[in-house]
Amino acid sequence: MSTRLDVKKTYKLFIGGKFPRSESGRYLPAKSPAGQRLDNFAHASRKDFRDAVVAARAAVDGWSKATAYNRGQILYRAAEMLQNRAAELVNEIARSTGVSAAKAKREVTLAIDRLVHFAGWTDKYSQIFGSVNPVATSHFNFTTPEPTGVVVVLAPDDPSLLALVSLTAPVILSGNAAIVISSEKFPLPAATFAEILATSDLPGGVVNILTGKRGELVPHIAGHMDVNAIVDGTGVPDISVKLQAGTAINLKRYAKHSPAPADWFTAKVEDPYWILDTVEFKTAWHPIGV
Amino acid sequence: MKTKLKPIARKISASHAVVRLRSASARQATVAAHAVVPLNDRRLTFGNRWDYAPAPEESKNYVIPPRHELFINGKFVKPHSGKHFDTINPATEDKLTEIALGDEVDVDTAVKAARRAYEKVWSKMPGRERGKYLYRIARIIQEKMRELAVLESMDGGKPIKETRDVDLPIVAAHFFYHAGWADKLQYAFPGRTPRPLGVAGQIIPWNFPLLMAAWKIAPAIACGNTVVIKPSKTTSLTLLRLAQIFQEAELPEGVVNVITGTGDTGTAIVKHPDVNKIAFTGSTEIGKQLAAMIVGSGKRITLELGGKAANIVFEDAPIDQAIEGIIVGIYFNMGHVCCAGSRLLVQEGIYPKVVRKLRDRIQTLRLGNPLDKNTDIGAINNKPQLEKIRELVQCGVAEGAELVQSSCTLPERGYWYPPTFLTGVTASHRVAQEEIFGPVLSVMTFRTPEEAFERANNTPYGLSAGVWTDKGSKIFKIVNKLRAGVVWANTYNKFDPTSPFGGYKESGFGREGGLQGLAAYCRLD
Repeated sequence: MSTRLDVKKTYKLFIGGKFPRSESGRYLPAKSPAGQRLDNFAHASRKDFRDAVVAARAAVDGWSKATAYNRGQILYRAAEMLQNRAAELVNEIARSTGVSAAKAKREVTLAIDRLVHFAGWTDKYSQIFGSVNPVATSHFNFTTPEPTGVVVVLAPDDPSLLALVSLTAPVILSGNAAIVISSEKFPLPAATFAEILATSDLPGGVVNILTGKRGELVPHIAGHMDVNAIVDGTGVPDISVKLQAGTAINLKRYAKHSPAPADWFTAKVEDPYWILDTVEFKTAWHPIGV
Repeated sequence: MKTKLKPIARKISASHAVVRLRSASARQATVAAHAVVPLNDRRLTFGNRWDYAPAPEESKNYVIPPRHELFINGKFVKPHSGKHFDTINPATEDKLTEIALGDEVDVDTAVKAARRAYEKVWSKMPGRERGKYLYRIARIIQEKMRELAVLESMDGGKPIKETRDVDLPIVAAHFFYHAGWADKLQYAFPGRTPRPLGVAGQIIPWNFPLLMAAWKIAPAIACGNTVVIKPSKTTSLTLLRLAQIFQEAELPEGVVNVITGTGDTGTAIVKHPDVNKIAFTGSTEIGKQLAAMIVGSGKRITLELGGKAANIVFEDAPIDQAIEGIIVGIYFNMGHVCCAGSRLLVQEGIYPKVVRKLRDRIQTLRLGNPLDKNTDIGAINNKPQLEKIRELVQCGVAEGAELVQSSCTLPERGYWYPPTFLTGVTASHRVAQEEIFGPVLSVMTFRTPEEAFERANNTPYGLSAGVWTDKGSKIFKIVNKLRAGVVWANTYNKFDPTSPFGGYKESGFGREGGLQGLAAYCRLD
């Protein structure tokens, strides 16, 4: 009897729409809860992170200028891609975390619905959060939200995919570009998600996904002068402190979202106020009179 | 010696289409042969060099079945009357297909189906799931866009350029936009709990058949209502295709029902006791009748009615842009637009220039086969409408206005009216007061901004208006003074699902689109 040998791959980084290995040449093994070696994944370095910032910065201009309608359709397209490849992600989550296929499936389908949910916000959040201001002089005065720019998102370990999607969607829907640091414990679902995003219509560089050791990257994230905001989903106090220290360097915005793992599965995290973490409000004045 | 003037361009080079200037000696030699053309009347003439080769959109791939039935409870069913009526292509007067004639029995069946769907399925479904149906519908519409655009052109006489590039993209966009609202309604009404109204009866006109259907259906079902909708008698075809799309999207049975027929069919919907909300787009006259019918019934109603929009052009306007805006404002969709800029108010100083440019511009509009990709002006939707346009223009001339019309050739068959404007119109003329709903512009003048907005507001209507000036502060000032639901500044006839649309005064009440449009389909607890 002949047995067929599986082909093993190394999961790579996702930067600027491409899949490079780490420039450092480093990799790490992903293991199942039982300690079985699954696949290798890239171990991102400081340089990889800096490359991702460059890619994100390059993507911001085009992405933020795309119409809200267009961004909404692209996010919806990402949901469509995810739906077709749900089984792949279910498998990835189940073998990485050891949860049942049913639970993994629940996480994936919720991730799809969450993308759909946030897709709908692209052309609505400014209607809810913008305003026309009744100033006391003869001026037309209005306030609109605009994306802040390059945002780093740090995903928690549990649930590794659903939390990543729920944190990233409100960042990019307004026109920001994101660098997502995946779960350190379960990076494979994030890496597979990157492969799915790459075949949606999302322009390269709008979402960049790095795998590796989070603690190693945190000081560089906090210190980077071209990062406009950080969304911290890790829920780790030590990391939170280090990231917040970055605020003092270039006044990058810092937001923290660390609901209990079960709450990621509820509508509590479908929160449009999260969009406001990474937007700036612009007010314009214009005289009225003939 | 007095300088002799003569037309600037007589010829263009065959190969370069460049105006050829003659030498001084040649000019002197030929001067006697030409009559003197006054400066204002000179223009470039290109002969027939701007004629376009025919470029018809392929229509034979789209099969139109010989007969169309009613769409009730998710299925196509024969009408109770057993009767059908013909629908024709107004560009050729050829019969396209037969459409079912729905009566009050059919309306009752449809309302019952809608009620059942509302109680059992649709109002109970989480907003997120409702939204996903709308996304599906939007996607299928996007896929079938070309087919729907061709059918819309054939059934309504609209140029393919407009159905393909305006109607259909906005139809899909309306479903997309409202899909997203289905699970976010609580954010649209802070401090209140929005709930659906129940069964919505909707009646739509023939000028934008599918677009009006999208404007009505998308917000209604996104908010959790179910629908009984009736298209105009002359334009049922594309709405019935949309019904097929609902089937393909597996929209639960009864959520949307389509009853085709006449005005009586519409009346049956409005009068049905189990309909909770009426939404109507059409004439002010019918709108008033419907408003009378529902008095005391507790039914909600929104009305999007006629208009007589002023398009105000100031002396400091970007003139060529303004000319294009005036053209789009009145000749878009043959002027079958409730918000058409049908009254042009020009500031006196630029009046001669604007009229001259308009006269030249309408001559370049291409009238003909709606399926030709180069056609600007298609067919008039139906014969009674054509007669109404003719009657009103004749009346304008009889009242003293001067008629300027494109000399384009009208096809022998079908319903056609050339791009037209009337100058010397005064505020009391019928053509300045009544909605013509055709490619006819009434031109008037004004001196001061005050006069402009007073004249603009001097109509029972208040749907829309246009302002053309390079001065931003003036735009906002005029916008504030205009009693109109939509004001376009340095643009015209722009539509977007995120932007509310609807009128002041006798142009109706309620808004469609945007945040405000949701209110028409929600009860706020």
